[in-house]
Amino acid sequence: MNYLRGAFKPACNISITFTDGKNRKQVPVKKDNGQMVMNPLFHSQETIAGKVCIEPYQGKKVEHNGVKVELLGQIEMYFDRGNFYDFTSLVRELDVPGEIYENKAYPFEFPTVEMPYETYNGVNVRLRYVLKVTVTRGYAGSIVEYQDFVVRNYSPLPPINNSIKVRSKLSQFPGSLSLFILNPFALKPLLASDMLNSFGPLLDVQMEVGIEDCLHIEFEYNKSKYHLKDVILGKVYFLLVRIKIKNMDLEIRRRESTGAGANTHVETETLAKFELMDGAPVRGESIPVRLFLTPYDLTPTHKNINNKFSVKYYLNLVLVDEEDRRYFKQQEITLYRLKDESS
Amino acid sequence: MRRLAGVEDEEKWLAEGIAGIQHTAFFMHRALDANNLREVLKYSALMLSELRTSKLSPQKYYDLYMRAFDELRQLEVFFKDESRHGLPVVDLYELVQHAGNILPRMYLLCTVGSVYIKSKQAPSKDVLKDLVEMCRGVQHPIRGLFLRSYLAQVSRDKLPEIGSEYEGDANTVMDAVEFVLQNFTEMNKLWVRIQHQGPGTVREKQEKERNELRDLVGKNLHVLGQIEGVDLEMYKETVLPRVLEQVVNCKDELAQYYLMECIIQVFPDEYHLQTLETLLAACTQLMVGGLSDLSVLPLTILPTVDTKIVLTQLMDRLSNYAASSPDVLHEFLQVEAFAKLSNAIGKVIDTQIEMPIVGAMTLFVSLLTFTLRVHPDRLDYVDQILGACVVKLSSVPKLEDARAMKQVVALLSAPLEKYNDIVTALTLSNYPRVMDHLDDGTNKVMAMLIIQSIMKNNSCISTADKVEVLFELIKGLIKDLDGTDTEELDEEDFQEEQNSVARLIHMLDNEEPEEMLKIICVVRKHLMTGGTRRLPFTVPPLVFSALRLVRQLDSQGGDITGEEVSATPRKIFQILNQTIEVLSSVPCPELALRLYLQCAEAASDCDLEPAAYEFFTQAFILYEEEIADSKAQVTAIHLIIGTLQRINVFGVENRDTLTHKATGYSARLLKKPDQCRAVYACSHLFWVDDIDGIKDGERALLCLRRALRIANAAQQMSNATRGSSGPVTLFVEILNKYIYFYEKGNPHITPSDIQSLIELINTEMQSDDNGNRRTHSDPFFTSTLRYIRFQKQKGGLIGDKYDLIKL
Repeated sequence: MNYLRGAFKPACNISITFTDGKNRKQVPVKKDNGQMVMNPLFHSQETIAGKVCIEPYQGKKVEHNGVKVELLGQIEMYFDRGNFYDFTSLVRELDVPGEIYENKAYPFEFPTVEMPYETYNGVNVRLRYVLKVTVTRGYAGSIVEYQDFVVRNYSPLPPINNSIKVRSKLSQFPGSLSLFILNPFALKPLLASDMLNSFGPLLDVQMEVGIEDCLHIEFEYNKSKYHLKDVILGKVYFLLVRIKIKNMDLEIRRRESTGAGANTHVETETLAKFELMDGAPVRGESIPVRLFLTPYDLTPTHKNINNKFSVKYYLNLVLVDEEDRRYFKQQEITLYRLKDESS
Repeated sequence: MRRLAGVEDEEKWLAEGIAGIQHTAFFMHRALDANNLREVLKYSALMLSELRTSKLSPQKYYDLYMRAFDELRQLEVFFKDESRHGLPVVDLYELVQHAGNILPRMYLLCTVGSVYIKSKQAPSKDVLKDLVEMCRGVQHPIRGLFLRSYLAQVSRDKLPEIGSEYEGDANTVMDAVEFVLQNFTEMNKLWVRIQHQGPGTVREKQEKERNELRDLVGKNLHVLGQIEGVDLEMYKETVLPRVLEQVVNCKDELAQYYLMECIIQVFPDEYHLQTLETLLAACTQLMVGGLSDLSVLPLTILPTVDTKIVLTQLMDRLSNYAASSPDVLHEFLQVEAFAKLSNAIGKVIDTQIEMPIVGAMTLFVSLLTFTLRVHPDRLDYVDQILGACVVKLSSVPKLEDARAMKQVVALLSAPLEKYNDIVTALTLSNYPRVMDHLDDGTNKVMAMLIIQSIMKNNSCISTADKVEVLFELIKGLIKDLDGTDTEELDEEDFQEEQNSVARLIHMLDNEEPEEMLKIICVVRKHLMTGGTRRLPFTVPPLVFSALRLVRQLDSQGGDITGEEVSATPRKIFQILNQTIEVLSSVPCPELALRLYLQCAEAASDCDLEPAAYEFFTQAFILYEEEIADSKAQVTAIHLIIGTLQRINVFGVENRDTLTHKATGYSARLLKKPDQCRAVYACSHLFWVDDIDGIKDGERALLCLRRALRIANAAQQMSNATRGSSGPVTLFVEILNKYIYFYEKGNPHITPSDIQSLIELINTEMQSDDNGNRRTHSDPFFTSTLRYIRFQKQKGGLIGDKYDLIKL
């Protein structure tokens, strides 16, 4: 049951209902105020149909210059709040200008709507789909009502997805067998976004501190692309250990970049921190990796969504030594949504 | 951090840990009661997080672990009951893996894993493999060890061993073995690693802690030993090589020592026997590990001792096994156990240059014990061991280590004890060569042991060759060895030793005179080297031994008279003569004299007049030249007289010479009473109360008269010097002689002689007016008179004779 909030006008009450609203799957969405609400879930190419009910309050009539329903796909940047960029906009006129005296229902239908992007709630960016009903009025201002819905799209199984590929990717980095040191003092500025832009400079930094003689590891993940309920399998093999490792974690990091060119904002969050190893390994030790993705709030990888933003995921292998120095190696993985999933 | 903390801090941390477990366990129990899976998992993970501490020593950590362990049991019960949490176990298996921290995650996984196996929804081997693999994530030694021991514990009753409900289909006992082996390997690695962490200063403490933890590792081997269905084949092909690989490669003494010990104790002897080669090869490799370790760690305590102990244990076990039932002996032969052990020990000793000699000796002792138990009939083996021992001993300059010495003694005593017979040991060619390496003191101890063994077993050594070897063995007792400081020797010990040698000589015996003679010659040869201090102890038994042979020959009669026979009394007497001659130059003339007389008597029994005469001559010469002490002279002369009296082999001439000499010497003794007594003793030389004895009554009487004269002179001397005549004892004694000869029918002794003598005595007694006059001779005299009266009363032939004496 849709319930109107937000736009509350003394003149009338507008409600939007979906045709199959009762049966349609609902997914929780976090709102701006932090509350979770359940929104219906759609996929691209689906027909979005329903009806709009306008209920004037007791005896009042609603005078209007027309009633329309729009289906909007919007991207909102938080640094540019309130400014929506609509990448999809479909309109249905529901009524010609006139007056409404009593409850009136307008069925609507957007057949096979192309909704290429998934709903996304990020740190700096939000992508949402919304139905917007407007009762246009001349003098008193239009009455507007929104109904959010969620879009998720399934990806087909990636044609190429094997561990060999991951390893070959690894070998692209000259330092794939050694790790970046993250000196808590010198490298602090590098922690967040900058270092992710290019690996090259970082490698140089690492070479300078000469860590390559202390710690050589080789690691392997079974795939480069995982679906959201997947499990990451792999192993970390220690070729050379000359420092006292305290523990080793595997982190899942989300890197969200917004804007373009000089205005690019990058935000990295650590979504999962999973301890792989406790204590100091010795040379030749191989540590298994098994990380279930289910418990974490992940989305598929988004690449350059409408030239506005990208969301990438990384597996970050972090080793901490007894003096709390951190050594890490980051590896991008692609997340995708597999059909057959329950959500 | 932990290393620096005091005990109090540790107590505090432990208390905190326990409190933490109790606290979260409380919430976990509530969730369990409510069957709230999510909460249960949350709180159990929290509780298990207490085990992530690094602050506790193994002992304290164990306390903490046990608390958590108890809680995990309840959790397991919950997991088992699907109706309570409503999740298939396979889902549960995934769910617990969502925990962020590895240690709680792994404990939960192991717990669910055991439930999973029990549910039989998955092959147990797969679950086990997964668990043991995933546990690799915990690399912290103590935490890892406890985690894996938890795994071992929960999986113990779920291994797909033969007869288990989890066995069958794809799950074979091989999988069980594989699992335990892998867990063992990982645990051992963790255990060994403790050693290499932390600074050298705390190494001792670490060593102690590791010792506390070792049973966690060893338990895996126990499990391996208990798994049903591990047959010899599997043990040989899989279990042992894998375990040994681990043992050898870990290059850690403590571990190698402990694990080898475990292997030896845990698996059946029969398996050891069949895999001896592999086992021994590993043992030799341990040394390499130990050596390389040595170069790295200066603090190593007694490097390499482990191999020795390990091998010793192995051999002890095998020996016991062999002793347990004779049926298994053929197995030993089949696998050539001895050769393999012997090789291995040789290799160990060769490669292990630093090994103290005591180590090598201990190994030899063990091997010898083994050999004696398993191959009691193979003396060549024993000899071989001793030979190896000699080689080893020759490579070191001088054996000075007391412990090593002890081992060598043990080595040498073992065959003695086993065979209870020195004769066997004498056939071992290397036996004396080993003894050569002992220092003098030990050599003597060993020699004494040998002699004691002979005495105890009453074993008779009956060939000259053996005697030769034997004396070679005990030469420490027989002669002064180079560099021995005789001053330091304890006199009592020395006497004890020499007495032993003397006793030993009596144990050398052979019925065959030829051989016996050879033995005597050999013994003599050795004894002659003994020096002045030993000869007085050792010559007499030799002489008597020879005399026994003489008597034996004599009793056999003249049937062995051929010229080619060397064992004639004559020949023996020649030897004896030379032997005793040595003694007289020692100087020990009294002893030599006694021996001469013994020989003379024996010669007389053999009717060898010249020999007897020669012996007497020697005796007299000794008397003349060497015996200066008057007391000794008295004794000697009485001995001579006594011996001469009994000898009947001499012709008249020789006898005259000798008796004349004896009488002459008697009369030339220093003190008058001695003279007197010697002279009246000489009277017996002329009157031998035998059927064919000499009966020269006149000369006997002459002797008595002479004695009387001397007695008289003595009396007067006494009067002159002390103012009183001495006791009449001498007279009474002479009276007794008179009576004796009278009774024996010496025609020259008349009753009147006796009567006058009695009167003389009475006079003497009365002339002595002092109050003490009757004290001495009175009883003797009285009883002499009483005897005469008694004989008179008795009547008969003798009585008639006595009747002639008037009192």
